[in-house]
Amino acid sequence: MTKLEAVIQPSKLEAVKDALIEIGVDGMTVLEVRGHGRQKGHTEFYRGHEYTVDLLPKIKLEIVMPDELVDKAVQAIVVTARSGKIGDGKIFLTKIDQAIRIRNDERGAAAL
Amino acid sequence: MKKAGVVFLMVAFLFLCVAPLCAQAGDATKIAELEKQIGDARSAADNAWILVCSALVLLMTGPGLALFYGGLVRKKNVLATMMQSFAMMAIVTVLWAVIGYSLCFGGGSSFIGGFEHVFLRGVGVEPNTDYSTTLPQQTFMVYQLMFAIITPALITGAFAERMKFSAMALFMILWSIFVYAPMAHMVWGKGGLLNAALGGRFPTLDFAGGTVVHITSGVSALVCAWYLGKRIGYPHEPMPPHSVVLSFIGACLLWVGWFGFNAGSALGSGGLATSAFVATHFAAASAAIGWGAAEWIRNGKPSALGGISGAVAGLVAITPAAGFVKPMPALLIGLIAGVFCYYMVAKVKAKLAYDDSLDAFGVHGAGGTIGALLTGVFAVSSINPLLHDAQGNSIALGLLEGNPRQLLNQLIGVVIAWVLAIVGTLIILKIVDMVIGLRVTAEHEVQGLDLTQHGEEGYSWDASAV
Repeated sequence: MTKLEAVIQPSKLEAVKDALIEIGVDGMTVLEVRGHGRQKGHTEFYRGHEYTVDLLPKIKLEIVMPDELVDKAVQAIVVTARSGKIGDGKIFLTKIDQAIRIRNDERGAAAL
Repeated sequence: MKKAGVVFLMVAFLFLCVAPLCAQAGDATKIAELEKQIGDARSAADNAWILVCSALVLLMTGPGLALFYGGLVRKKNVLATMMQSFAMMAIVTVLWAVIGYSLCFGGGSSFIGGFEHVFLRGVGVEPNTDYSTTLPQQTFMVYQLMFAIITPALITGAFAERMKFSAMALFMILWSIFVYAPMAHMVWGKGGLLNAALGGRFPTLDFAGGTVVHITSGVSALVCAWYLGKRIGYPHEPMPPHSVVLSFIGACLLWVGWFGFNAGSALGSGGLATSAFVATHFAAASAAIGWGAAEWIRNGKPSALGGISGAVAGLVAITPAAGFVKPMPALLIGLIAGVFCYYMVAKVKAKLAYDDSLDAFGVHGAGGTIGALLTGVFAVSSINPLLHDAQGNSIALGLLEGNPRQLLNQLIGVVIAWVLAIVGTLIILKIVDMVIGLRVTAEHEVQGLDLTQHGEEGYSWDASAV
């Protein structure tokens, strides 16, 4: 099993979600987060005074999936979340040891 | 028969003489009756208008200023900031009933009124003819009260996010008595030093309170900001407004309420009120454009906060001039004020390094001062023949109409307002500082005034989570 964490632009959430469901991803956790990579934020002006906002609103998806789905999921996210501009986001993959369904104590891929 | 004929002739003669007199007496009665009805109708119309205006001016403080200022602070101080405006509605009203109205509009010296109307003694539904022949004195009293409420509320913008609520309340009580009351009496009270309508020594044109309301509050705000010192972290930590949306709604309510503020100052529902209404609206619009354009040039974008701040600056600047200028000069006054106040807030404030949290001075002090001076330039007697010569003929008002002396009088009014505001505010701050202390502790300031001063939060996100 692999945990996929994708940080994407908020405006791309719906498209990414639909693409993932289409390739067979059953469940996901969506978080509203703030951060920046190379984008380094933006500047705001209030009554002539400049403020640098370096933590920008982003969406983070967390999905644990069977290993055979990972490549397709990565491809789906890259295609749908890409605008080509700086700040499109990143995908992180981590190996997962175990998953447990609380309702019936199922283990492993069956619990996903 | 001959005698009867003579009597008949005499009776006929008498009838011919008396009949027109009777008819005349009947006409006179009818005319008097008509005049009374016209007077009653005028009085009713004026009364209705000024009661509506009173509500409009209160609208400026209650939702208007409270939302405008509330949106500009950080979210941990939103309630405390709004509460400061609301508290003025309660505290100043009681103070006004007890002594404030009397000190402003009771007979007294050139500098302050007396005690004849303490506890509103003698303030009933009959007009006080010194100020209005058509309004019940209670209407005049309650209308003026709304000005007395918003003036100290404007100052709260300077010390937002760091002053104790208790200190604020005491400061405002003393300020209303020792700064607002003398200034209001000098400009508007009978026998006041600067009163242009009732024979003051230096007749200053201040239609709706540019000097009384905006200069005194704005300059006092600057003194407060200087005396209290900067907020912790200012100017290194970013302190952007937590909700420009709230400020936007507040500013629009201020714009609407300002029609009551300025057009109501005609104290009647006639053409002068219309003229002031139009001037007010025009100045607000052009000032919004002036501030927005200045920002657009400097920052590349016209911001929403800039637009609404500009509108308020224009409303401030047109306040003293509203009942004296034509529509085109009103547009010009607004445009000048919009650019000038932007410069004061964006450049001068940073240069002088004072922390006027919400720019009470930059908008009200600066806008009020430029407005008072421009009133002396653009005022015309065709709009409001207020000044008269020794023979009772109306004379030119502003510089462009041929009365350069008026500009000097305006300057005298401005200087007196600045001096009174600086000296009075400094003394009051010192007293309050010694009695209860002005500033919250550093710990409370970091925690926010909502929790530490009122035990509440403006936004309790977790309150209804389950």
